[in-house]
Amino acid sequence: MSQAREILRVEKLGKRFPGVVALDGVDFDLREGEVHVLLGENGAGKSTLIKMLSGAYQPDSGSVLVDGEPVEIRTAADAQRLGIATIYQEFNLVPELTVGENLVLGRPPRRFGLVDTRRMHEQARGMLDRVGVTVDPRTRVAELGIAQMQMLEIAKALALNARVLIMDEPTAVLTTTEVERLFGLVRQLRERGVAIVFITHHLEEIAQLGDRVTVLRDGRSVEQVPADTPEEELIRLMVGRPIDQQFPRQAQRAGEPLLRVEGLTRAGAFADVSFEVRAGEVVGVAGLVGAGRTEVARAVFGADPYDSGEVLVRGRRLPGGDVRAAMEAGLGLVPEDRKGQGLVLGADIAENLGLVTLRHATRAGFVDRAGQRESAGRVAEQLGVRMSHLGQEVRTLSGGNQQKIVIGKWLLADAHVLILDEPTRGIDVGAKVEIYQLINSLTASGHAVLMISSDLPEILGMSDRVLVMARGRLVGELKAAEATQDSVMALAVTEVEDARVH
Amino acid sequence: MLVSTNVLTSRSAARSLLAENGSLAALVVLVVALSLMSGDFLTVTNLLNVGVQAAVTAILAFGSTFVIITGGIDLSVGAVAALSAMVLAWTAADTGLPWPLATLVALAVGVVCGLVNAVLIAYGKLPPFIATLAMLGVARGLALVVSQGSPIEMPEEVSRLGDTIGGYLPVPVLVMAVMGVIAAVVLNRTYTGRAMYAIGGNEEAARLSGIAVGKQKLITYALSGVFAAVAGIVLASRLASAQPQAAAGYELDAIAAVVIGGASLSGGKGRALGTLVGALILAVLRNGLNLLSVSAFWQQVVIGVVIALAVLLDTLRRRGGR
Repeated sequence: MSQAREILRVEKLGKRFPGVVALDGVDFDLREGEVHVLLGENGAGKSTLIKMLSGAYQPDSGSVLVDGEPVEIRTAADAQRLGIATIYQEFNLVPELTVGENLVLGRPPRRFGLVDTRRMHEQARGMLDRVGVTVDPRTRVAELGIAQMQMLEIAKALALNARVLIMDEPTAVLTTTEVERLFGLVRQLRERGVAIVFITHHLEEIAQLGDRVTVLRDGRSVEQVPADTPEEELIRLMVGRPIDQQFPRQAQRAGEPLLRVEGLTRAGAFADVSFEVRAGEVVGVAGLVGAGRTEVARAVFGADPYDSGEVLVRGRRLPGGDVRAAMEAGLGLVPEDRKGQGLVLGADIAENLGLVTLRHATRAGFVDRAGQRESAGRVAEQLGVRMSHLGQEVRTLSGGNQQKIVIGKWLLADAHVLILDEPTRGIDVGAKVEIYQLINSLTASGHAVLMISSDLPEILGMSDRVLVMARGRLVGELKAAEATQDSVMALAVTEVEDARVH
Repeated sequence: MLVSTNVLTSRSAARSLLAENGSLAALVVLVVALSLMSGDFLTVTNLLNVGVQAAVTAILAFGSTFVIITGGIDLSVGAVAALSAMVLAWTAADTGLPWPLATLVALAVGVVCGLVNAVLIAYGKLPPFIATLAMLGVARGLALVVSQGSPIEMPEEVSRLGDTIGGYLPVPVLVMAVMGVIAAVVLNRTYTGRAMYAIGGNEEAARLSGIAVGKQKLITYALSGVFAAVAGIVLASRLASAQPQAAAGYELDAIAAVVIGGASLSGGKGRALGTLVGALILAVLRNGLNLLSVSAFWQQVVIGVVIALAVLLDTLRRRGGR
């Protein structure tokens, strides 16, 4: 591997934005046929670095060399010409167009000035074959799953003869089997000599897939280490201090049942789901993506309707499909899609924190805005939100701090049962632990937490009980002591036919 | 920009206000430029005249501000204004309803039109553009039906809204100020106002935070309707009669005023003060071009260019600030 040719080199790269130094001297190099992992907490500068490599930002200082020659990457077209392709977490696909149309977007094969649909689909099929995806090119992209969309993005990049493929947290949204398939493809690409920059927050993936790791911290590259470096060491490099415990769960004695769900059913989504959550408990919900976990959570909270069954909070039945009633009863939902459903990105921190309590702060139609601001300030401080002031737009916060805001609005409302859907997705290690500690303090004060997560170590590390869902049904319940990766996964892949609700 | 800072050298507060509000700066530049170019511009009489010209647009635009902040659009405000005024004049003249009651009926017409818009949008899931475009047709048509196509005289008591107080202060300007303050208070201080920003910023997040989105949209469009009714009554008072074709095309001026004032058509942003400035820019421009004897044809061209420039400058300034 060490003799492999160097394709890309970045030297002392610097970038400042008004008020912030985003990058402050980053060195990085990439060889043909390697998977080079970029590791760092949110805000460490990973995104800024890859945006400069893809032409979205211009560096203020330092240099970028491709094949030993200094280059300037001013636009996405420049990056494309140099063979650098980036796959962001938010895909660059047009959902209303077909797979084929997306693959040849901007340069469709033409005949007599019209798009030659047949040839377009032939080309698309060839491109899909290279990434091993068997989907009809005439399918609309909106109908695809996330994993397939990702493969489509990779196919697009390969069609442009990309030599450098930058992947920004590609596994964050994938299930275990999908991750395996992605890794298979990445390994194949590596064999073919493609150089891959891989960003992930899942440390266990590094040894599985990576060759080298560059760790970024506070806008600097702190060290370059081999991929088989122990996880504790990687964490230490990343946060600059050792983290004693990745999952600091302090179990409480379970109290009275706060939330009870009985036989909840919605045709086509989930069936006969029953469980309860007691005061002081963290109940984890595991399962593959698409098992119906989010759907159940939203139905319980009243965000979506259900066909039959009931939801009881402290023994009182909630009307279906009524968010307000669920809130008043003491439920809170931290949705899976933080930006799309949890936050008003263009509004400031105080405004977002006060969203749930807005109604209670209203007298005769008028909002006590000073009071709202004061409470927001209190919670922001309690949560340790890193911000310049309460008037800062939420858009400009890091993922971890944004998540604290979403949780914070329910703290202000004093929700007794908090439903957390993927609470730490895309959040760095340091902020994760802070959120776990928050969960601890909530349960210590008699609140209950229902936590959906696709991150198995997190489910195992933080839950007192684990519910497992598969294909819309609850297929099992495990106590913290008996739950292991294997026992949970065995349940998660249960077929519906033999599924039995506990 | 240089000129404006020279004028206000000693006032740092005013300066920071201008820096934060691009449209206000543009208005100041416009006023300074026009006073230099025409001796008739900077007179009390003329400025009050500008106020009267701005009043109807501004009142309509305050109502549109609510809607635009929620991420919607209301194309029906001009037609609703005409219909409301027409109903007032008609009920007073033909059915002999006392003018205060007729006025209330007219305001109610505005509210009902807004509610119908909101029901179509919030519960019928029609795009606001289509729902309010349909309402534009219906309201304008009904105004013609009610009036049988000809103007109806306004009750004398109501027509005083078009007069001046003490022969000096025009009542429309006063009404504009009052409606502006109401709009600002609603937006900044009330639950509904704060909910409008949340809905426009992220409707799903607002819903999941317990805001009854449908109900708040009902209130939003009803407010837009009632503001339109007030604007229609003020306009008819100035003309002393309700005309079925009154305020045609005013909805576009209202939207332009809101956007020039710094609101975003994608929702979540906008302020009453900005909207007032937007409406004043349009009125100052028309007035100034008249004083400079620019032909009515060229005026349209200039106003189009200014709308684009004002919004462009604001966008560039914000991007630079990031």
